[in-house]
Amino acid sequence: MTDHDREVRIGSLARVEGEGALQVIIKDGRVQQANLQIYEPPRFFEAFLRGRQHTEVADITSRICGICPVAYQTSAWLAVEDACGIDVGAGIQALRRLLYCGEWISSHALHIYLLHIPDFLGYPDAISLSRDHRDVVERGLRLKKSGNAILEMVGGRAIHPVNPRVGGFHRAPTNSELAVLAEQLRHALDDALATVEFVANLDFPEANVAVELLAVHHPDHYAIESGRIRSAGGLDFSSADFPAHVVEHQVPHSTALHATFDGGRYLTGPLARYSINSSQLSPLAREAAAAAGLGPTCRNPFRSIVVRAVEVVYAIDEALRLIAAYVRPDMAAVSTPPRAGIGHGVSEAPRGLLYHRYQLDADGLILAAAIVPPTSQNQAAIEDDLLAAVSANLGLDDAALAHLCERTIRNYDPCISCATHFLDLTVHRQ
Amino acid sequence: MMRTRTPTLAVWKFASCDGCQLTLLDCEDELLTLAGQVQIAHFLEASSAVEPGPYDVSLVEGSITTPSDVERIRRVRAASTVLVTIGACATSGGIRALRNFGDVREFASVVYASPPYIESLATSTPIAAHVPVDFELRGCPIDKHQLLEVISAFLAGRKPDIPDTSVCTECKRSGVTCVMVAQGTACLGPVTHAGCGALCPAVGRGCYGCFGPMTGANLPAMIGRLRDCGMSTGAIGKVFATFNVAAPGFRLPLVQK
Repeated sequence: MTDHDREVRIGSLARVEGEGALQVIIKDGRVQQANLQIYEPPRFFEAFLRGRQHTEVADITSRICGICPVAYQTSAWLAVEDACGIDVGAGIQALRRLLYCGEWISSHALHIYLLHIPDFLGYPDAISLSRDHRDVVERGLRLKKSGNAILEMVGGRAIHPVNPRVGGFHRAPTNSELAVLAEQLRHALDDALATVEFVANLDFPEANVAVELLAVHHPDHYAIESGRIRSAGGLDFSSADFPAHVVEHQVPHSTALHATFDGGRYLTGPLARYSINSSQLSPLAREAAAAAGLGPTCRNPFRSIVVRAVEVVYAIDEALRLIAAYVRPDMAAVSTPPRAGIGHGVSEAPRGLLYHRYQLDADGLILAAAIVPPTSQNQAAIEDDLLAAVSANLGLDDAALAHLCERTIRNYDPCISCATHFLDLTVHRQ
Repeated sequence: MMRTRTPTLAVWKFASCDGCQLTLLDCEDELLTLAGQVQIAHFLEASSAVEPGPYDVSLVEGSITTPSDVERIRRVRAASTVLVTIGACATSGGIRALRNFGDVREFASVVYASPPYIESLATSTPIAAHVPVDFELRGCPIDKHQLLEVISAFLAGRKPDIPDTSVCTECKRSGVTCVMVAQGTACLGPVTHAGCGALCPAVGRGCYGCFGPMTGANLPAMIGRLRDCGMSTGAIGKVFATFNVAAPGFRLPLVQK
């Protein structure tokens, strides 16, 4: 094997959610392939959702991902309610947005501090980082805890919340319960602003993703829990038109399906959301972004950690606004009588756009289900980025190249558990 | 006996949603203290540093669904002094054990265009179906206080204090009014293993059984009460056919159906 022909292999990718591997094949000094191999076992959720009641769907889809269960619950409610022709009203929607803010804070704090920062500071994990910088890791854990506090107060449980349901909630929190939460969030906001300042000073390699970007867009605010879909190229369409633009296909090296947008590779997630919707951030979050050196758009995947930190500021700021404006709804849920039909739902999971579609019969039984998670949409774009990263760094030895590839992948916060329907790195230098 | 080295803890993932291993990272107030007491020697979701075994305590998340995982769990068992399963998937096969009652090839054809690429067993089975397990911690997901109790107990060489009673006992202790008695809301609390702290009744919802069956659950009596609450046979079958569908204690409704 010459240096011109080599194979780099990462057996089990660490600090990602779920299981996967990476194989890079280099022949005649050129990178031929970069395959993300998702070997997370297939779980067949779309198959066994058939025959379930429309009111059961969200509790089941929640179990696709323990990191972002609210995303899986939300897109499910939206799709089922769309099929049934139900509008939950502004009060319940605001409470859902508050719940979702909790998931963004918790999931982003997990990725920033426990999964991503160790890459920039040269540690294998946050535990070893804490031996030298205990204050940094403690700040991350406090932030994460504040997100979980929202999930527990509004959702009843941080992982697989029990209080939300199709049509709304089993019980709406009281103003005094939310007042206690608000106090914790005011302290968390200081931690979030300190986080933006901290990550803004990390060392970022130059990189640029050239693919199309896709994000949920809402006319009134930075989209989280609902909205239409918008591309960086200027297309704007409803969730019902998602299947007309996005096509999933299977590749032999992965149990996660790949997706294309109008035939091309594309990216969802923090970079897409920020680049499409940054003008809608709150003044405090915009100020933090500007101070951190972010312009109106960001296409450097290494800087996604800064975007996530800005989104944490926004999510806390927004949660505080929602709590201040909260009026406890008279009814915690609207009734959801079923009807035959097809419904679509999109929301912004912490790692990107999540689409659900259900076909219901007149009794509300699921006839067909389709779920398109963010990581399967992002797989092809991540492989593109890997190809570019390896091509530009062929001079590195296999260990250094493998480390670069792992960092490249972690920039996208892939959730392999979700996508399986992800990582081990192999570089073949042939 | 003098302890001569720091005990080692390993976390393993099989088919799962990652929620139970996330529960360890959700111990925000205790994580760094725990990391001072044990060496986290293998935890891929949290660390790229992997120490070789053997490990004093292994926490295993997820169920066995592929031929390669049948082999991997045996290697994990061989490398572990104590093996604890965490969560409904590892303890009963999880929600994807619904395949045990269907046709996995047909399931694959619904999700994947080329099912032959997909390597998957016809069943989703708990860890104990493959290797001896020292303790099974219930829940979908597990409770973080119970997780810390189990880790502390095994590190101290004592039995974990995890009561095998029903959710009803927790509900009564927390002073929540019985949703079934007071509102006629169908609730699986009387037959469901305690551990969550009666979260659902606390928000006025009936327990949906995510901690699985308690030992000696009286299912025939439970089914009678569910009928009184207005549930049809089909609905009763479904309510038991979720995250612990393959747990023997929840199988009766399926047989009756």
